[in-house]
Amino acid sequence: MPDTGVAVSRPPASGGKPLVRLSALKRYFDVSPPWLARVLERKPRAIVQAVAGIDIEIRKGETFSLVGESGCGKSTVARLVVGLYPPTDGAIEFDGNDMAARRGRVEMSAIRRRMQMIFQDPFASLNPRWRVFDIIAEPIRAFKLASSTTEVRQRVDDLLRQVKLTPADGSKYPHEFSGGQRQRISIARALASRPEFLVCDEPTSALDVSVQAQILNLMMELQREHGLTYLFISHNLAVVYHISTRVGVMYLGRLVEVADTDTLFRRPKHPYTRMLLDTIPDLDMTGRQRAPVAGEVPSPINPPSGCAFHPRCPFANDRCKRERPATIPIEGGLVACHAIEEGRLKAEDRGYGGH
Amino acid sequence: MIPGSNQAPLLEVRNLRVEFPTRRGTLVAVDDVSFSISPGEVLGVVGESGAGKSLTGAAIIGLLEPPGRIAGGEVVLEGERIDNLPYERMRRIRGARIGAIFQDPLTSLNPLYSIGRQLVETIQTHLPLSAADARQRAIDLLKEVGIPGAETRVDHYPHQFSGGMRQRVVIALALCANPRLIVADEPTTALDVSIQAQIIALLKRLCREHGTAVMLVTHDMGVIAETADRVAVMYAGRLAEIGPVRDVVKNASHPYTRGLMGSIPSLGVRTERLTQIDGAMPRLTAIPRGCAFNPRCPDAGQRCTAERPDLMPAGVTRAACWLYHSQGVGPALARETANA
Repeated sequence: MPDTGVAVSRPPASGGKPLVRLSALKRYFDVSPPWLARVLERKPRAIVQAVAGIDIEIRKGETFSLVGESGCGKSTVARLVVGLYPPTDGAIEFDGNDMAARRGRVEMSAIRRRMQMIFQDPFASLNPRWRVFDIIAEPIRAFKLASSTTEVRQRVDDLLRQVKLTPADGSKYPHEFSGGQRQRISIARALASRPEFLVCDEPTSALDVSVQAQILNLMMELQREHGLTYLFISHNLAVVYHISTRVGVMYLGRLVEVADTDTLFRRPKHPYTRMLLDTIPDLDMTGRQRAPVAGEVPSPINPPSGCAFHPRCPFANDRCKRERPATIPIEGGLVACHAIEEGRLKAEDRGYGGH
Repeated sequence: MIPGSNQAPLLEVRNLRVEFPTRRGTLVAVDDVSFSISPGEVLGVVGESGAGKSLTGAAIIGLLEPPGRIAGGEVVLEGERIDNLPYERMRRIRGARIGAIFQDPLTSLNPLYSIGRQLVETIQTHLPLSAADARQRAIDLLKEVGIPGAETRVDHYPHQFSGGMRQRVVIALALCANPRLIVADEPTTALDVSIQAQIIALLKRLCREHGTAVMLVTHDMGVIAETADRVAVMYAGRLAEIGPVRDVVKNASHPYTRGLMGSIPSLGVRTERLTQIDGAMPRLTAIPRGCAFNPRCPDAGQRCTAERPDLMPAGVTRAACWLYHSQGVGPALARETANA
């Protein structure tokens, strides 16, 4: 299959230089039936192209968000970036270091220390048998960031205060905390190794809205204080709008559009981005009409030919069915769409409540 | 009764109280909740986890999981009390007069039967139709909820449908006997955003066409803003505020509702910080005296810690808050700083 989806060019990195660079990153999962079933029942091999070649540059100090519906591969990207999955193909560069390069333990650990992850489910991501103190002290001990027990204690107490808990909470177990407080513990643990880069995979999706606001405020505060760079994964567009510097929209393992937050929300280009924006509930009660788009996300095992979005796209033509659109730069962002490239579809201005 | 409506309410819930007896005493999960739903009206019930919204819905359809039980108050459907009926009679009402839609469509459907068989069984339980007529009605219902190829899909099994399609089947099941009221508990929470929009549009259309009233239980204010006519906001098992959707969303009276609405990121002006309500909802074992919201409330006064407010008129809505009482909240509370 000829891959035409290679980025042609990128916008010049305005401001900060890239901290993380993903190039032509791919991750496939083999979900084939067992060998015997394949032989006896002639079942074919099945490969899920969870991430089918994406290029992203994340600049120092920014919050880059990935949005998309379930199964679009956004969480797989998060796991690839922190090294929980090895990539099938493509490269991940962190601050100029190729993550796939062979290097010694010490050197690798020095790079690993600089990136941490926050997971979605604060009930599953904390060891229920460990006290909170030990959970947060673990990275400090693992990376040998403190020379004495008193220093570890000082550091953990300090982290607990940073996430608006108290040092006394260190002696408790995770089950004694609510979902929001557990997510604070996760954040404290992630900050323990003094990282520069945090990958946050749906950090507020399991939380109630008032608690979500507390966590988002905390995350933005910490970013300012420590100059953190975030890769933020979410399906909630309003949250993404609130927290991001730039946004990438994913559909079936590929990026369909990347743009600054304001540009993406005020002048969306790709038809899928427009559809996603239409699904945001109208809380300002402006009477904005939502046009629910028909159809569902197709299976990533057997993605549609050409542009993967064409079966649901109101602007699709024959070319969209045949040929995968290349990523082209437009208005400081990137978009992969024939209709936009050919000028059949114009960028659309949108206003929301308050504008 | 809703002010301004002279129609008899379809459903009236009066002073409903749901309790869970435990070894360490009784937990009151729903405390003195009263509201009504008019025919054809969509009432949204919102609240955060543990607010008691789902239990209120379960109590109305008679599906409280033991040891939970209705410990007080009454539920009146079209003038008839239904909270104290024997199981068999209630089973007849459920389905025929009250339909139910739950969050997870996979657990609402039996994986071993084709959806046609499940629809036909439900239809024949409640309507005197022959097998052939019931099957025809099943196909019609599937068409109505927007399942393409209903004639062939009717013989498929739940696992052959996607999540959104399954939820459509569940809605068809709830509509089988043309109920007057549907209790929908988080019907879109398990679905992707684009599918959510489809399901909400479908629910709205069907209720308009059939004149069915809906009690829509959800934590998602967005869903409520788009669907409901009136909203009831629950906090710690009690009603905090109830009123027309526009007023509750845009112009809330109760400090909790205001905080809740402010904490939702919006697409309007981008702010540095979201409004946040410090702290968390109290556990059922430790509901504060007086107004349950008083430890987190920016406007709390001494009266709020002593006396529990009932719903009282507050502008267009009704709120359980002393701010709207002629005597006010009393002197402000001296309190330690939050997050101490």
